[in-house]
Amino acid sequence: MATVKTNTEAQRLSFWERIYLPAIAKGMGLTLRQMIRPKFTRQYPEQRWNPEGSYRGRPVLVLEEDGERCVACGLCSRVCPALAIEVRAAETNGVKERYPALFEINMVRCIFCGFCEEVCPEEAIVMSKDYELVFGSQEEAILGKDKLLVPISQLRERLEFLRQWRG
Amino acid sequence: MDLIQLLIIVVQGGILVNVMLMSSAYMVLAERKIAAWIQNRIGPNRVGPWGLLQSFADVFKLYLKEDIVPAAADYRFHALAPVIAIGVAITVYAVIPWSGPFVTIGGVEYGLSMAPNMNVAVLVVLAMTSVGVYGVALAGWSSNNKYSLMGGLRSSAQMISYELSMGLSVVGVVLVGGSLNLVELIQGQIAHGWNIFYQPVAMLIFFITALAETNRAPFDLPEAEPELVGGYHTEYSGMKFGLLYLAEYANILASSAIIAALFLGGWDIAPFIDEAALLGLAPSSPPMVLIGMGVFIAKAFSLVFVFIWIRWTLPRFRYDQLMALGWKVLLPLALLNIAITGIVILLLN
Repeated sequence: MATVKTNTEAQRLSFWERIYLPAIAKGMGLTLRQMIRPKFTRQYPEQRWNPEGSYRGRPVLVLEEDGERCVACGLCSRVCPALAIEVRAAETNGVKERYPALFEINMVRCIFCGFCEEVCPEEAIVMSKDYELVFGSQEEAILGKDKLLVPISQLRERLEFLRQWRG
Repeated sequence: MDLIQLLIIVVQGGILVNVMLMSSAYMVLAERKIAAWIQNRIGPNRVGPWGLLQSFADVFKLYLKEDIVPAAADYRFHALAPVIAIGVAITVYAVIPWSGPFVTIGGVEYGLSMAPNMNVAVLVVLAMTSVGVYGVALAGWSSNNKYSLMGGLRSSAQMISYELSMGLSVVGVVLVGGSLNLVELIQGQIAHGWNIFYQPVAMLIFFITALAETNRAPFDLPEAEPELVGGYHTEYSGMKFGLLYLAEYANILASSAIIAALFLGGWDIAPFIDEAALLGLAPSSPPMVLIGMGVFIAKAFSLVFVFIWIRWTLPRFRYDQLMALGWKVLLPLALLNIAITGIVILLLN
């Protein structure tokens, strides 16, 4: 009768490995070192994160001193993969001739891809740094012009970033 | 026993129970904080400075919670189990000599200890820690829930496996100290050096079994969340759950205090040094005794820290590994320790 050779883990380990205690001490040392390491947690509501210009947050419309930049060409609406943007154009007698009578972005649909910003010929729609997007209802999440228009002074960093990196 | 003596003991009991419940509540916070630090987090820090009022918020929340008793549960035992658990945990505190006597009222000396100089204190401790499992087993059985029952059964099996080694490891200490009285054991250690140097194996066995007795990781099989939902306290809510939870932490503190008394010299500040002579105080003078009390409490809470630290370092044992460790390793080791200790003591005399 052939004897079955066993080579279990317990047989391969040395004496010190088998009594576990050195390994346990090593593990305890590791956790002790972790305990005194500095923490990376940000205390959110008090300490807010200020993203770089490259950050793609809520898309907004640029509001210059003499009015909005948007000429209601509708390219953003066309390129939007999530069909989140609705633009309805109207005409005026001003220099730009056209302006959006209705500009709505459905933030429930928006995927923050930035295509609208990329395609815009007027640099009128840009991604802002706003990442605090909380809505109480679906209707509330559809942002109209009143919420989309942001003064250009707040968007300087993003516009500079675009100028630096866009083709 | 006259009325004043009775009154003082009642007051002592009140102090001990309240301090114990408070420290159990704060041990929950300490557990959360230390767990957070080990995991590179900050931990609770919203309620009060550094989250120090978190414990009060937790207990207050537990008071306001609905007390649910499952329809199929045996409601009498369901209610009795937490009472047994916390009652037994508190009882252990009566025999722990937190301090020597430092006040004399009516010719009797009192310290922060309800039953000082009890000549069977070690046995009482062992007995009470064994009875503690009734609370857990009863909680698991009366819930009429298979997971709770599994938790209760595991707890009893674990208790039987580890209580034996625990008792045997204490025998070594009793052989060295020559007494079952915790105060005499501590005084012996102050005179001759701490037991950890004479009985390191017993200390190790006692510590491991204390982890198992208090259902702490890596032996927290009775409440293994991934396997048994919540184990024996799955069906508990409100303050009944709170009592079971507090009892767990009270047991940890009791075990830590016992380890400090049995192995780490109790009130002794440092081993092999006569601190009383160094500080110029009489060994049993009130200031020395109060310093000793502080040292003892500090030792107990340091051990609590080690309990928590171990919990967040080591993974849980598998059930067969738990049994193998208890019966095949700790029990023979404890017996060997007694034999060697006995032979050495016999040869020295």
